[in-house]
Amino acid sequence: MKTVNEMKLCIPSKSCNEAFARSVVSAFIMNLDPTVNELSDLKTAVSEAVTNCIVHGYRHQSGTIYINGKITAENKVIITIRDKGCGIPDIKKAMEPLFTTAPDEDRAGLGFAVMQSFCDKVRVRSKPDSGTTVTLEKIIGSENDR
Amino acid sequence: MLKTEFKNNILTAYIDGEIDHDSAAGIRTKIDAAVQTNKPKLLCLDFSKVSFMDSSGIGLVMGRYRQMKLVGGALRVINIPDRLYRLFAMSGLESLGVLR
Repeated sequence: MKTVNEMKLCIPSKSCNEAFARSVVSAFIMNLDPTVNELSDLKTAVSEAVTNCIVHGYRHQSGTIYINGKITAENKVIITIRDKGCGIPDIKKAMEPLFTTAPDEDRAGLGFAVMQSFCDKVRVRSKPDSGTTVTLEKIIGSENDR
Repeated sequence: MLKTEFKNNILTAYIDGEIDHDSAAGIRTKIDAAVQTNKPKLLCLDFSKVSFMDSSGIGLVMGRYRQMKLVGGALRVINIPDRLYRLFAMSGLESLGVLR
């Protein structure tokens, strides 16, 4: 799987950076000529993952969010979003639709469900007290979207 | 970012722009303040000018649904653009009958 382009972004876990992060990712994939839907899907998934870092990963503290992007020769976009926050004790439970640890803050509990629905593949690795890494994969230009 | 209109016991909130975790807090505060002032029977959230939203938009709607129910009122979400409908479909809000 040959990588044709790469990017790295480090941002503080401020909520104003949610819009910034998804704008950077959408600019990064612009060369692939994505459809409006493909662009919107990836932006939404990135927004969910970055929000998770801020709302859950670094809940009672501030920290850095690390975003890596790769584009392969097969037009596959791989975005990795990592925090060094509190981690997820039970990933399976966290990925259940409508499960949230913050219902009183109007969180819908749909973050991971949205990422899974809007990307081709989602991987989550997490360790309590050391952080969480979410990897999103999406092929741009797949036949169904054209 | 948000305009409200109160007529015949209906409060309509026209949401404009992007809804994410960052912007949702401000939108929520403004809608809740308008609900408290006007005490409407029906709260309508107009999504026609929403250019982007993630699941924070769903959280915003769910929270307003719960609040209106508490005060004996109702909620409608109107003019949802096609591209946002997939998110609403995932949320289960359809079964509550609030989407128009």
